[in-house]
Amino acid sequence: MDSTGETLKNLLMAAWLLPLLGFLVEIYALCWTHRLSKAPAYLAVGCIATGFLCSLSALLYWGSETDWAALKPAHHDATHAVAHHEEEHPADALAATQTGGHVKDARETTSENHSSIGVYGGRFYRLAQFGPLEIALDWYIDSLTLVMFTMVTFIATCIHVFAIGYMHDELTEDYQDHEVHLPGGRHFHRPGRFYQFFAYLSLFCFSMLGLVLAGNIFQVFIFWELVGICSYLLIGFYIERQSASTAANKAFIMNRVGDFGFLIGLMILWTSLGTFQFYDASTADGHEQTGLFSMVRGDDGQIALTEDKAAVLLRDSHGHTLMDGETPRTIGYWLLVAAGLGIFAGCIGKSAQFPLQTWLPDAMEGPTPVSALVHSATMVAAGVYLAGRFYPMFLPEVLLVIAYIGCITLFIAATIAIVATDIKRVLAYSTISQLGYMMLGIGVGGWAAGLFHLITHAFFKSLMFLCSGSVIAGCHHEQDMTKMGGLRRKMPVTAYTMLVGVIAIAGLAIPGSQYLFGQPIAFSGYHSKDAIVATALAYSQLNATHILLFVTPLITAGITSFYMFRLWFMTFTGPARDQHVYDHAHENPPVMVAPLVVLSLLAAGCAIGGEAGWLFSLISFSEPVPAHALITSAQAVNLTLPSHHAVHEVHGTAGMLALMAAFLGMGLAYVLYCRPVVNPADIKRQAGGVYDFLVDKWRFDSLYDYLFVKPVHVVARWCQGFDANVLDRLLNGTATVTVSVAHWDRWFDETFVDGLVNLVGRVTNACGESLRVVQTGRLRQYVMWIAVGVVVLFAALFTALPK
Amino acid sequence: MDTVGLNAYLFVAAVLFVCGVVCMAVKRNGIGVLMGVELVLNGANLNLVAFARYTDLGLDGQVMALFVIVLAAAEAAIALAIALNYYNNHLTIDVDRGDDLHG
Repeated sequence: MDSTGETLKNLLMAAWLLPLLGFLVEIYALCWTHRLSKAPAYLAVGCIATGFLCSLSALLYWGSETDWAALKPAHHDATHAVAHHEEEHPADALAATQTGGHVKDARETTSENHSSIGVYGGRFYRLAQFGPLEIALDWYIDSLTLVMFTMVTFIATCIHVFAIGYMHDELTEDYQDHEVHLPGGRHFHRPGRFYQFFAYLSLFCFSMLGLVLAGNIFQVFIFWELVGICSYLLIGFYIERQSASTAANKAFIMNRVGDFGFLIGLMILWTSLGTFQFYDASTADGHEQTGLFSMVRGDDGQIALTEDKAAVLLRDSHGHTLMDGETPRTIGYWLLVAAGLGIFAGCIGKSAQFPLQTWLPDAMEGPTPVSALVHSATMVAAGVYLAGRFYPMFLPEVLLVIAYIGCITLFIAATIAIVATDIKRVLAYSTISQLGYMMLGIGVGGWAAGLFHLITHAFFKSLMFLCSGSVIAGCHHEQDMTKMGGLRRKMPVTAYTMLVGVIAIAGLAIPGSQYLFGQPIAFSGYHSKDAIVATALAYSQLNATHILLFVTPLITAGITSFYMFRLWFMTFTGPARDQHVYDHAHENPPVMVAPLVVLSLLAAGCAIGGEAGWLFSLISFSEPVPAHALITSAQAVNLTLPSHHAVHEVHGTAGMLALMAAFLGMGLAYVLYCRPVVNPADIKRQAGGVYDFLVDKWRFDSLYDYLFVKPVHVVARWCQGFDANVLDRLLNGTATVTVSVAHWDRWFDETFVDGLVNLVGRVTNACGESLRVVQTGRLRQYVMWIAVGVVVLFAALFTALPK
Repeated sequence: MDTVGLNAYLFVAAVLFVCGVVCMAVKRNGIGVLMGVELVLNGANLNLVAFARYTDLGLDGQVMALFVIVLAAAEAAIALAIALNYYNNHLTIDVDRGDDLHG
């Protein structure tokens, strides 16, 4: 076991640190190569591609070491059997969750603890120690880590390759930025920053991989911030553009708001639980350090409450209650809720959930490969990943909040995407919407469904962003869809790979195919979205008050299909709306098209087999809490999370409904934008108010402007007034006094000090002047003076001295 | 020997001294001035030797006189060199013309 963990650690560490090495070499590119060299790009691709190979071999090694237990159907049968068993005695399980006394019964009903197989954790390096509290760099590897590593490195490799083509115009000594207007109608000129772009991309990948590999929540926070700063650097890559620097600031500040909650969560966990690490560790001297997950969930995945239900008992990995002397260690129930909400606040900021979703569309200011990376593999994926990783710590109340936040987000973003005309903004809002789906999935207990969607979404969204990048590059940086149209004929590869992504995100499948083949024939998005909708349906059946959590995603599935097909129809079909753009459009070189083809294959096929397929099985193998167990909260809300079996039962219904919604949306887009039976402009005119409301993005930006930006401006003006009227006057007064003192001092110096010195000089001078006449230079006169002097001297001596 | 007393020597010495001083004061020729200096020194020597002879000072006076003679010789050598240089610069040895450094 240990050697397996070591090997996995070394492989993933190589994949993690290679981009950092790349970054360090690339950032000094001008020292070892010239500005026009493509070497930094090749180095970056080499690093991340090697990282991908390491990650993939780690995944395969992990699989062979666990005998591919994750993929064996027996696992599922066992799960279902247990689920059946538990549903027969829901009361027992319910009681077990509520009181610590019956924990043992609950453990017996759970046949085996899957989550402990194939999970490895350890420590790289201890950074600091404060008494018993430690801050360290740890690693934690389970199938989720491995799948994330493989996905991130693979997509990043594709994006790096694409970026070599896309960023080609930066390979110049004199880059002309057409978006920056200088006075006099000129454009801004600067040297190209090709190498810098790849250095930042490498750092971005390093940060994201570090976040995924992190073995404690503090380390997650470190890389969380690194991801934030990298996105800042890349969104603001065209920093000279006002819009880009504002967008970069906005992204950074919005994330700070979420991170404030994250910090509060960290503090609660540290003070109450005394550790950050995820895994259970035992030192050589037999001292056991229980990880966060085991503390709260014990060995059976249940939360053990104290008798009065006001606190959660902390347990070790064997299910024994941790003792602090005589009293058992506990954490207040609502304190744990607050910690969970705090951590989730960080996820809200990072994954652009309501109400912090406004930064993500603005992040479109960065180059398109950055958008692709931010929207699929890194940044926003980090929030969902953390919500998934931290799932064992979330109490039912927190899960409810997560579900509703996700639900609100997915609806708001989808409606805004309907009216957006910027091709990248449509995709940005669809990302927010899909992230909402993931959060909803996690919130309603579909842990694996949410993360399944994270992986599939990463593939098709990176594909679609690179396609949009290809369109933008092919149309010479035209992003407005109202000026496109008919591009299918000009760039066929881009168009049809994009269509794969659109079908995948819309969740289309061949109707009836599941009855013919046992499995629906569909692209990846169908399977993952289906899993979430099915979980939501099962959830709403168990908790009738939360029916909205099922209806909203179902409707939004239709909206998603509508706006994605609207995008595709507007861009690639129909007549050319702008002849100039159409005439100059062209397909891109192979270096940009090849990643699209590769990604489209994965976007189509990565989820093959749906929930019986390898990807879902791999992810659900690390499901931290056996979700087949009923979890009922006895606190503020009364919730029952659906079991796997319950989800499975409604799967057909949910899939059918979602498919109908998707086809409806596609049909609507077809009649509106492809075969314009109905003119969209008429609808726009008739629903003017709603249209304006959506174009204004539900007025969130205006609201935040009034709520936060304007008051800050007012306060700033006050501060400015205080500065100008009080501080400046004080300073000016001091300065005036100083000047007058200096004047007086100068007068004193000049009059008295200088006068004294001058007087000495003048007296000496006068003496010299008066004595110079004696010095005649006549020798004979001197002799006479000497003689006379001697005579006078003698005379004086003889008269003065006594005889 | 008693016929010539100390006063006679002192008188001669005083005459020599005054002659020297006057010579220094009135001569415009640089060599003449040097001669005046020699007269002054010899006047002083005569005093030294006379006092040595007529008092009980022993040989001190004579020794002193010998030193003065040696010094006078050295002084004459340097003074003549100065005079030559003076001549080189002024094409004369008139000491009244050497007032370049007057105040």
